Amino acid sequence: MNRLQQLFNRKAGNILNIYVTAGYPGLHDTESVVLSLAEAGVDIIELGIPYSDPLADGETIQASSQQALANGMGLSLLFKQVARIRLKSQIPIVLMGYFNQMLQYGIPAFIQHCETSGVDGLIIPDLPIEIYQRDYAHLFGASTLSLSFLITPQTPEARIRKMDEASNGFIYMVSVNATTGTETKVSTEYFERIKGMGLKNPRLIGFGIKDSAGYNQACSYADGAIIGSAFIKFIASEGIGKVKDFVGGIRGLE
Amino acid sequence: MQGSVKYTYPADGFYGPFGGAFIPELLQPCVEELRSQYLSIMAEPSFLHQFEALLKDYVGRPTPLYYAHRLSKHYQSHIYLKREDLCHTGAHKVNNTIGQILVAQRLGKQRIIAETGAGQHGVATATVCALMGLECIVYMGEKDIVRQAPNVQRMKMLGAEVRPASSGSKTLKDATNEAIRDWINNPSDTHYIIGSVVGPHPYPDMVSRFQSVISQEILWQLKEKTGNENPTRIIACVGGGSNAAGAYFHYLERESVELISVEAGGMGVHSGKTAATSQIGTQGVIHGSMTLLMQTKDGQIVEPHSISAGLDYPGIGPMHAHLIQSKRAKVVAIEDDHAVKAAFLMAKLEGIIPALESSHALAALDELELKPNDINVINLSGRGDKDLNTFMNHTRHE
Ligand SMILES: Cc1ncc(COP(=O)(O)O)c(C=O)c1O
Repeated sequence: MNRLQQLFNRKAGNILNIYVTAGYPGLHDTESVVLSLAEAGVDIIELGIPYSDPLADGETIQASSQQALANGMGLSLLFKQVARIRLKSQIPIVLMGYFNQMLQYGIPAFIQHCETSGVDGLIIPDLPIEIYQRDYAHLFGASTLSLSFLITPQTPEARIRKMDEASNGFIYMVSVNATTGTETKVSTEYFERIKGMGLKNPRLIGFGIKDSAGYNQACSYADGAIIGSAFIKFIASEGIGKVKDFVGGIRGLE
Repeated sequence: MQGSVKYTYPADGFYGPFGGAFIPELLQPCVEELRSQYLSIMAEPSFLHQFEALLKDYVGRPTPLYYAHRLSKHYQSHIYLKREDLCHTGAHKVNNTIGQILVAQRLGKQRIIAETGAGQHGVATATVCALMGLECIVYMGEKDIVRQAPNVQRMKMLGAEVRPASSGSKTLKDATNEAIRDWINNPSDTHYIIGSVVGPHPYPDMVSRFQSVISQEILWQLKEKTGNENPTRIIACVGGGSNAAGAYFHYLERESVELISVEAGGMGVHSGKTAATSQIGTQGVIHGSMTLLMQTKDGQIVEPHSISAGLDYPGIGPMHAHLIQSKRAKVVAIEDDHAVKAAFLMAKLEGIIPALESSHALAALDELELKPNDINVINLSGRGDKDLNTFMNHTRHE
């Protein structure tokens, strides 16, 4: 059982997953940002693999990816950084990245280096469930990594069930059908509907959550929340020294 | 379902190993709506009637298949030019935008978005939006807005809003990313008119079908002129590959007809400043499709270079990746200077100023072993008015 699955066995509800782009703001800041987040009580780290053409991401994450790439960030360095983090922390780490990067690295090598460096799970937003099942499930399925799929308010029920079946991480509930960081009113009908489906995987709600109100709302309908753009904006303006304040602001006096 | 057809249609969205729809779940509703309906819409009698009527009366089809006497004499081989340069708006691009706007109307969409590099597809989209009275937003890289100012003015005059794409390298690939993000954020009222045979399934197939009118006409025009539907070879330039897909379509399964795909060599295929995607590219995913693309070993997409903005794309349509890899099509790379020379030759010998993109196809005549009895059909995808500045600047430097 990987660290992510251990977490879900141990803790139900109020799970906070924070996204940060690897190699941002500085090339070697990944480790200290992750360790500060872990110390501040965050439950899961989602590390973004910076990409030149991140289709599903809004301006904030695009800009952080571009900066990380300009800093010289790449997959080989990312695996080294994760391995160093593992000397100090056992916080579950999920990599979020676009499929082409994994394809170029070589899927078997990518999986192997995820496992040996200490990655627990993957989110691949542009690998749809049908193509995954047809061509790649045998590779990822044989690994220790948990794969998580994204669903949106428009995803049909049968498709959600297919993803739930194929996944052994969490269901990533995209709160609104929009790119990351977009502020739009969420539909609690959608949250209720998914909650009522009795899925086998825990559910985390993400996209557009930026404060404790959003976090609390997500936790009232699902097992937790994912915060990305808001955290990137915070470190862009406040630097990486005040990470604890950000987490404190989200969690309040939980 | 398609019997023994090997190249023409994708199976399950794939041309051999290429194609598919590698798209975020966020984009699924838009793409699925289109995928589940495009074939039935395109088969409706009212659609076919309207499409054909507009191609005839508005675009000006059929475009002539012209026997180029002096060029034929120059090359000592028979050369026919398929005159897509005579289409309304000056290029083949409008065949596709007419088709897609009719699909968009039948899907109940009121808002149209598009990407553009040189501005040709943007102008063709703005044109059909004006024709149908639909809102039109064209994404264009910040750098291209400066490089292609006249086409920006044309789009604005046609009532379109031109939105600068300021992310990434600020060129065509980024304009495409921005258009896709716009679609994610506006799924219900918007249709995205992609300008070539690229992007997620069903776009490559849908755009090929709209452009297939080119080879449909070549079939009977060539029969009328030579007594035979089949030429020795068809030559077309390939950016994303829509004019080539259209010129090849009805000949794809007739394997005796050679297909010559001409890519932009830029300053040289191995100079680091090229758009010869199939030669220096490797298999990967770009804009939702598995294909050949120019990328670093880490899978970051590399900016291409070509003197012609319409060929300046780091990928290639999945159909072409398949045609090239299965050796059905042969690839020729033409460098910037060579394309410009070919344009001048054509202007002087035939009184036709070709688009820079099409000039690459013409230049390929120098690279092929032509026999006196060969019948060569060149798809003259567009006219060169838009490229006059480039032509003049280039000769000044010689
Ligand atoms: C005249 C002309 N030819 C060719 C192209 C290249 O596109 P494709 O390869 O899709 O035909 C363009 C693109 O702008 C064009 O304007």
